[in-house]
Amino acid sequence: MNNQKKIQHLYARAGFGLDYATYTSTLTVGEHVDLLFDKSRKSDPVLVVDRSLLPRKDIKDLPKIKQVELLEEAVKYGKKLNVSWLNQMSSCDTVLREKMCLFWHGHFACRTLNPVFAQDLNNIQRQYALGSFKELLLAVSKSPAMLEFLNNKQNRKQHPNENFARELMELFTIGRGHYTEQDIKESARAFTGWTFDVKGNFEMKLAQHDEGEKTFMGRKGNFGGEDIINILLEQKQTAHFICSKLYRFFVNDTVDDGVVAGLTESFYNSGYDIQKLMTELFGADWFYDEKNIGTKIKSPVELLLGLNRSFGLKYNEPKTLFYIQKVLGQILFLPPNVSGWPGGKNWIDSSSLMFRLKLASLLLDGGLIEVEEKDDNPEDYKEMMEKEKKAQAKVERKIKAETDWGTFSASIPKGISKRDLGEFLLSVIPSRPFLEQIIDPGADNLKSAVVEFLSSPEYQMC
Amino acid sequence: MLFVPSFLKSFELSPIGFGHKCVVIIQLSGGNDGLNTIVPFTNDVYYQKRPKLAIPPKSVISLNAELGFNPAMQALKEVYDQGYMGIINNVGYPNPDRSHFRSMDIWHTASGADEYLSSGWVGRYLDSDCAGCTHNYNAIEVDDTLSLAMKGQFNKAIAVKDARQLYNNTREPFFKDIVSETDRAMLSDDNLGYLYKTMIETSSSADYIFQTSKTYKNNFDYPKSDFANQLKTISTFINSGLSTRVYYVSLSGFDTHVGQSAKQDKLLKTYAEGIAAFVNDLKKNNNWNDTLLMTFSEFGRRVEQNASEGTDHGTASNVFVFSGSLKKNGIINSGPDLSNLEEGDLKFQVDFRSVYSEILGSWLQANSQQILGKSFEMLGFI
Repeated sequence: MNNQKKIQHLYARAGFGLDYATYTSTLTVGEHVDLLFDKSRKSDPVLVVDRSLLPRKDIKDLPKIKQVELLEEAVKYGKKLNVSWLNQMSSCDTVLREKMCLFWHGHFACRTLNPVFAQDLNNIQRQYALGSFKELLLAVSKSPAMLEFLNNKQNRKQHPNENFARELMELFTIGRGHYTEQDIKESARAFTGWTFDVKGNFEMKLAQHDEGEKTFMGRKGNFGGEDIINILLEQKQTAHFICSKLYRFFVNDTVDDGVVAGLTESFYNSGYDIQKLMTELFGADWFYDEKNIGTKIKSPVELLLGLNRSFGLKYNEPKTLFYIQKVLGQILFLPPNVSGWPGGKNWIDSSSLMFRLKLASLLLDGGLIEVEEKDDNPEDYKEMMEKEKKAQAKVERKIKAETDWGTFSASIPKGISKRDLGEFLLSVIPSRPFLEQIIDPGADNLKSAVVEFLSSPEYQMC
Repeated sequence: MLFVPSFLKSFELSPIGFGHKCVVIIQLSGGNDGLNTIVPFTNDVYYQKRPKLAIPPKSVISLNAELGFNPAMQALKEVYDQGYMGIINNVGYPNPDRSHFRSMDIWHTASGADEYLSSGWVGRYLDSDCAGCTHNYNAIEVDDTLSLAMKGQFNKAIAVKDARQLYNNTREPFFKDIVSETDRAMLSDDNLGYLYKTMIETSSSADYIFQTSKTYKNNFDYPKSDFANQLKTISTFINSGLSTRVYYVSLSGFDTHVGQSAKQDKLLKTYAEGIAAFVNDLKKNNNWNDTLLMTFSEFGRRVEQNASEGTDHGTASNVFVFSGSLKKNGIINSGPDLSNLEEGDLKFQVDFRSVYSEILGSWLQANSQQILGKSFEMLGFI
């Protein structure tokens, strides 16, 4: 396989795609891997939510009208946070860190009404994205967002609430089938007292903590939350669970048991070093295997970011970004449930697919996809195209997105063949009928050809 | 008319059939507290375990000597009195799971607690061999996304929130061209092939659903809620004669760990008012006798309240069925036994799969044993 294809694959998975210059650069794959890690050394936090929006203890004492006002502010800033993160991912050069952050965002799925908490959790996931999984897990477990979402504030001595303990094991570390209901009960006891204060900081309320002896996964002791986490990390199964998820997110929907077993050993033996693991993953021969190239369905956020980054899209109405996320089935900071987004074929059904295929044309050309007139239904075709051209201005007014078409077109060599253009834009070679019947006759300028390629089912793959 | 290559003739429209039966599945997501929905208002244990949360006997709308509605369900009293509602108590399954994700998957896939199936029961109905399940539009979910319940091993139902919008999306000349250029080899089993298959099916189904449903103008008065709106969409589909057999819709927010009363009351009111309007709409159009509704939640909640005026995840709970053709109605089996709990939770009496079995076998005339993997004893409500 040629270098270009491998580099295209690397950036599709470790980032959100690549520009033509990167695609044709003379660096080796290994050098690109190093570059990706280099650029992600820094961690730029997202800081758009004012800390004055922390939840107020006296909220019930405030007049009703003020309460409503505060709730509306929270919603407004929640949206701002969503858009800010999307914007950061659209323009940053720390793509690997942001992609890892996106993975952890789904792994540690959380929904909170408080935008300060949500922002803090996001920044934790970004800060530790390429660091120690143990530190990441601890920081996430102590975050107000997670403690609130999984009701640990309500987990008290004599009146345990098991939600947090359950999800910690089922979803964040060891996975189902490797613990008992009794382990959950005991774990819940260990986490009693883990709460947070009005400033959004972790707080240990000793009065609520169950100091008694617990029996957890065969071990006995007066365990606190940190002890439980340590015991969970001692189980190699935790490394296996995390590596399987990483494999499905970055490599292939179908787990290769042999490969994952190898990654598990590395991850466990390194003491859960994420950077080391990902370096191994992106450097491995199997990562560039045919069966892994262009075989994953892009998640909604990957699809959107690919377009944003390639064409310098600027949205004058944040509403548009919301609408797109909603229809495609992935809204940042609003996972469907505690286990995040299942991914793969689950992204695709009748309605989401049609919108995905239309997305590029909606954003780049007011919904217009130029197509050559076919002999069989000339009247039908004419009518539809006229409708589309009329609608174009209307769609553009609604979507309110600006493209930096100039930069993109300048980056593409003049006279590039449609085949080569297709190979750059798509991870999967477009089918011959598509090229011969649709692209070749239809598009007579760069923009039309690009829009057509981006409207193909192949563009949905990465 | 959408142009499709000749080898895809199987996607052609089948004749519209009125008078066929359909079922509407309503999912209450989050784990609805059954004990505060159908209240055991003469039971001391209920009041002891829920000092702050129990519904006072005076507020309960009694249905029989022991059980009654949470007052928020007021709108369904008339429906109940007309014999259109059946309440099945203590529905669950052996070795209940209290995780949302897991329990909902169990209900969606109709699996045992220790099995992991990746296809949904309605999806497997579409996979099976029967008159009403040859097309993916024979099962419609009124939502933006498709639930696991609606995804079979080979076929998926279609998610339609707005028929016109879906139709317009598929009529683009560009997409028509792609569909017509698709050859058999492209409909492979991998992810890309899956996209092509979905595209073709969608085009064909969208056309059918839109053309059929636009013939019926729905002027019935529904309450203002997303949920009621979705029910209105379903009634439009039913009343226009769509040959769809299964509809699916959900209402979420029932995970009441904290401050249960206000949250649950609001949701139950939305639910009751929506269903009441839906029932009357279908009655008016003479489709009520051919329609069956089934409402469930992935689990009930613990008998004892927790420290935050809420309840934690529980086990068995009630299931509601509604139809103009119920063979058994009212309180169909004995109420919850609060003196015989399993670690603070209700024990199940009826396996939820026997409810599915009856819907599939008796109502939809499908092979329920094949779809569910084994046979279940039925209650005889329909």
